[in-house]
Amino acid sequence: MGLERAFADEPAFVPYLAAGDPDYESSVEYVEALARGGADVIELGLPFSEPIAEGPTIQEAVVRSLEAGMTPDRFFEFVEDLDVDVPLVCMTYYNLIYQYGDSEARYASDDANGEAVSGEQGPEPFVKKAAEVGIEGFVVPDLPAEEAGPLRATCDEYGLDLVFIVAPTTEGDRLAAMMDQTSGYVYVQARLGVTGARDDVDDATEASLARIADWDVPRAVGFGIKTGDHAERIVSAGADGIIVGSALVDIVAEGHDNGDPVSTVAERLETKARELKDGALRGAQNRPQPEGK
Amino acid sequence: MSSESKFGDYGGQFVPEALMPAIEELTDAYERYVIDNEDGFMDEFRRRLADFGGRPLPLQRADQLSERYDTEVYLKREDLLHGGAHKLNNALGQVLLAKYMGKERIIAETGAGQHGTATAMAAAHLNMPCEIYMGETDIARQRPNVFRMRLNDAEVNPVTTGRGTLKEAISETMRDWATTVETTHYVIGSVVGPAPFPAMVRDFQAVISEEAREQVQDKTGDLPDAVLACAGGGSNTMGAFHHFVPDEAVDLYAVEAGGSSLSVDEEEGVAPNSASLSTGDEGVLHGARTKLLQDSDGQIMESHSVSAGLDYAGVGPELAHLVDEDRVTPVNVDDDAALEAFHRLSQDEGVIPALETAHAFGYLEEHHDQVGDTVVVNVSGRGDKDLETVIEETSKRDLDIAPDMSLFREMGGGM
Repeated sequence: MGLERAFADEPAFVPYLAAGDPDYESSVEYVEALARGGADVIELGLPFSEPIAEGPTIQEAVVRSLEAGMTPDRFFEFVEDLDVDVPLVCMTYYNLIYQYGDSEARYASDDANGEAVSGEQGPEPFVKKAAEVGIEGFVVPDLPAEEAGPLRATCDEYGLDLVFIVAPTTEGDRLAAMMDQTSGYVYVQARLGVTGARDDVDDATEASLARIADWDVPRAVGFGIKTGDHAERIVSAGADGIIVGSALVDIVAEGHDNGDPVSTVAERLETKARELKDGALRGAQNRPQPEGK
Repeated sequence: MSSESKFGDYGGQFVPEALMPAIEELTDAYERYVIDNEDGFMDEFRRRLADFGGRPLPLQRADQLSERYDTEVYLKREDLLHGGAHKLNNALGQVLLAKYMGKERIIAETGAGQHGTATAMAAAHLNMPCEIYMGETDIARQRPNVFRMRLNDAEVNPVTTGRGTLKEAISETMRDWATTVETTHYVIGSVVGPAPFPAMVRDFQAVISEEAREQVQDKTGDLPDAVLACAGGGSNTMGAFHHFVPDEAVDLYAVEAGGSSLSVDEEEGVAPNSASLSTGDEGVLHGARTKLLQDSDGQIMESHSVSAGLDYAGVGPELAHLVDEDRVTPVNVDDDAALEAFHRLSQDEGVIPALETAHAFGYLEEHHDQVGDTVVVNVSGRGDKDLETVIEETSKRDLDIAPDMSLFREMGGGM
């Protein structure tokens, strides 16, 4: 499917921002700045009220975005308003995907039957709408392979990718099940824990990359990358792409806290993006050329 | 017993991938030690429940209420369990299981502090290091419980995200677990969360109905017409119901907190109740598909009840399933009725119940002519922890049944 193309020629830089953080208009500028800075795929977070997989940095971004009025429908408008020529991935939690649809119809039938019927429609309305506005794939942190059947099938139907997250603890049959289901790329979680920028790059990353070397799908490493040097080392270790979230969200948060002009924050994001992308490109030069890839 | 991961369409394992190996390991341990009693785990659990917890606990006829309602009313006295609530059944079971699994550290979330104190007690008893996550709002309003946890040598970690209550504490504990799964067991506080927690916590709490079912037959020669239990997350509820579920003639009432109103404020994301079984709809929260209080987008609502212990936007998936199957009847009682019932049980029976528990008695007061001739009510906990709230809430209202509050008004919030 589609997203693999972003990894075809050179290591991909995949930034994440929470859509609507700290507000709708600024956030549009920030996402466009990432595209100018060299993003190959952009992961846009649709904030959920209970982000159980996120560390403090992204939790706070989620709170800012929700307080500024972000909803699934606003998110789809947001995607349509973006002027970027980069594939977009929606990162969100399953309940928002599962609940999306015609809420009026839902409440109408509540009244008629005296019982709730939400969710019976499953993930289709959300996936359909996402496809219409130009989303090309999903990352759903609280949806392990065991529960992903309905969303995987719906994504196939609409030609969208569903990206799975492989953890350092994922092994054996579970690893195989996820690698067989993931499409577009696989999100390699560099270490245990929640999202958040850290100073070092873990040895576990190399082990994780080695474990999934047999599958022919691009491997993007995330969790803890915050400098061009990190990006270089991760790509040298064999990654096909790098995913960076918290280090970018930090820039948004700082700008917001200091009351900096949107254009200034956007410039910082673009500069940071370029640093990360350049690091990834350097990493690709250091690494032994794999045959036949 | 069996290791169910789904209850009809409810339940499942909606968690970050990093937790899945820990959940698989826990499922394996649950099947071996709890279901198959490997290494005599269940024998040790029952021995410790007796020696440390004080089980078995009485089923007591409530003489005044029986006369008032012209119904035989029996109280299952979980308030007499060590710590003052049913919570220890689960906490002791899980901390002991962590020990059998070779884990070195215990973490838990707590809302009102009952589960936190039970876990801290169990961890001290079994000599395990323990950290409790608690929302900062809850820490401020539950100071005695925070001190009890500290007395039992547990760390209490304030959670500052969101509104600083139970659901944020659960999320934060899951985040800790995601970084520490190899050494740490997460003692979840109710029949919620990803499988195997809902079934496992139910099995630890099922001792309530195992005892009550025998006791009521010893005393009356028959099964009761109904069992009533309050329901927040639902652990005392499932514990009180489990062994009665196959007894089709026994009606099971899950009494939820109706709060101040059953309607919701979509704009503010607030439900002034925690009646997820009565009014919620299906969704995914904290690892399970269940009935939830959520807005039309699927964002989770802030729930509200006079009883902090019932204040949760979700409910155990097995209860949600039993409600859909018409085996459990979800009902609710508002804050006022629960407060009145609190005072009535205290005055008439000499039992000061937890505010959670008082909801079950509030339902009995309103519907005693519909529940049959013999009723078992689970007294899930005692009310000492709620006295400050009761003083405050009673002073705000004009309740005929309450004692004269003028003395306490002058004292202000000094307790």
